[in-house]
Amino acid sequence: MSRKPIFKVITANHLTLGDVIYLDPWGAWVRDLQSAQVFDSPERAQSRLEAAQNQTDVAVGVYLADVHFIDGAIQPAHFREAFRATGPSNYDHGKQQQANHV
Amino acid sequence: MYKYSDFDSDFVRERNTQFRAQVARRISGALSEDEFKPLRLMNGVYLQLHAYMLRVAIPYGTLNSAQMTTLAHIAERWDKGYGHFTTRQNIQFNWPSLSDIPDILDALASVDMHAIQTSGNTIRNVTADHFAGAAADEVADPRPYAEWIRQWSTDHPEFQFLPRKFKIAVTGSDNDRAVIRAHDIGLQLVEQAGKLGMRVIIGGGLGRTPMIGKVLEDFVPLSDLLAYLESVVSVWNLIGRRDNKYKARIKITVHEHGLDDIRARVAERFDQLRGQYQDAALQLLDQIKSHFAPPPYRSGSVTGFDRDYRANPVFQSWIDTNTVAHKNPEYAIVTISLKAHGQTPGDATAQQMRVIADVAKTLAHDEIRISHEQNVILPHVHKSDLFALWSALKSAGLATANIGLISDIIACPGMDYCALATARSIPVAQQIAQRFDALELERDIGPIKVKISGCINACGHHHVGHIGILGLDRAGVENYQITLGGDATETARVGDRTGPGFSADAILPAIERIIDTYLALRIDRDEPFITTYRRVGLAPFQAALYPQERGAHAAE
Repeated sequence: MSRKPIFKVITANHLTLGDVIYLDPWGAWVRDLQSAQVFDSPERAQSRLEAAQNQTDVAVGVYLADVHFIDGAIQPAHFREAFRATGPSNYDHGKQQQANHV
Repeated sequence: MYKYSDFDSDFVRERNTQFRAQVARRISGALSEDEFKPLRLMNGVYLQLHAYMLRVAIPYGTLNSAQMTTLAHIAERWDKGYGHFTTRQNIQFNWPSLSDIPDILDALASVDMHAIQTSGNTIRNVTADHFAGAAADEVADPRPYAEWIRQWSTDHPEFQFLPRKFKIAVTGSDNDRAVIRAHDIGLQLVEQAGKLGMRVIIGGGLGRTPMIGKVLEDFVPLSDLLAYLESVVSVWNLIGRRDNKYKARIKITVHEHGLDDIRARVAERFDQLRGQYQDAALQLLDQIKSHFAPPPYRSGSVTGFDRDYRANPVFQSWIDTNTVAHKNPEYAIVTISLKAHGQTPGDATAQQMRVIADVAKTLAHDEIRISHEQNVILPHVHKSDLFALWSALKSAGLATANIGLISDIIACPGMDYCALATARSIPVAQQIAQRFDALELERDIGPIKVKISGCINACGHHHVGHIGILGLDRAGVENYQITLGGDATETARVGDRTGPGFSADAILPAIERIIDTYLALRIDRDEPFITTYRRVGLAPFQAALYPQERGAHAAE
């Protein structure tokens, strides 16, 4: 099994909508994983995480998630994060629905 | 059907007003998430993978048409047009926004419903036999006692911070349809010398450490029931472990202390409490019983039904699988399947909920039940109305004739929704149902219980499935373990693990190999899966599932 380099993104759920959100490079919370800031240094990710965890007016349950870069796209390293980034598999709901309606 | 008193209505409204203010304070920033989380959980609000989830209590699975219509309204107005009925006879809405939840709770209160104690370390919604009040085999209707227990346990001041959640199930029949042996307390109405009482079973539970409940007392007189239950919960509340959440449930307390020790402690506590639950509690019970009088059964010819049954094979097949004997021979108990092949087990659209509400009102004495097997029951249907009922259900996609068959699968939401899940459940259920439907084997296979959980917490009751499937995360990949021979009934038993798990791609072929093995080994078509399993044991199924290992052993 080839070992792909692991990067980090900061993710949470939105306070009122509950929707999955990611922290972008400008410190704003965004809904699309591809717009997230990707950290190549775990230390930098950790220090940014602590600041993000204080933004309790927008984000609930802030944590670091592992991602890979594949063909220039950010891809979740774990299937749980892949579901969070797309939506459930039984209905076209969640992020996949929003994407289809843009 | 239970009735709210003015006190009950005021209490629920007051709780909703409090929660509305708590939500506003959370959104304004006046409350932190740490402060808010226990408050939202007390009102059934979870934060799941993609959204908030609201779990609404359906007391012992009992609903009327107005309540079902309100659930449909909530699904349409504040959710994505559907609801998910759960293995605890509740309903969950998967997509509400936090700011809408106070309005949803007010809508629920308008039809005497709420979400109190659907989460947290409290006594949860009491569950009951979904055929209660209609079953031909029951000693008495368990619902009045379930309601009595609900009133006792709701906002009970001593039991708001228990070591862990606590679940009580009640049945009135020897044939256990309420899984009472897998509950913290399972109660069975029994008759002794012409008097009704309860057999009290404790310490059952699934989860990480599955255990079958043990009989604590064979007969507790009904007049002593609440004092006795309070004694049990009180003993556990004091000695139950709070250091490790996986060891906090009463099953572990019973296991560690032994049944005799628990019995002695309960007896001691019972002596102190007995006097407190006499006159007022028994008056309340009498009042509750009057709310659960049988419906005004009508009498009429059933010859039309007999004719339709013979003339229409599709109707006949639905009658054969989806109805059972009612205590009134002119009536039938109907199960409406929420397991159309390929659909999500337990999901109903708002439109389907409205159809169910409508047929319940016009053809079924306005009574609806939700089963722990995630189907909907109309407990009282006159046989002459069955054809009209079936026709109405058919046009709403609700006439799937598969109750008790391989596609009538229990599945928890799994990782498609649940924050605790370690793998998905729903797609596995969908695949199994579609596959055996495509093979047209379902009826040939006959009665079988397939139950799927997406983590060790076992909301999908996999341990007590004839075929149990447990979804796990093995090194970042979904992996499914199989157990065989579990039993959720009066002969309850935890299934036997077959061996190593299967990947998401391999789980359906594995289930097919199990079924092929059964079909090859059964004596005849009348021997159901579980009987064959009990007769032949695990080995032939293991041989079919793990042919390489068998070869390796043979070579040793």
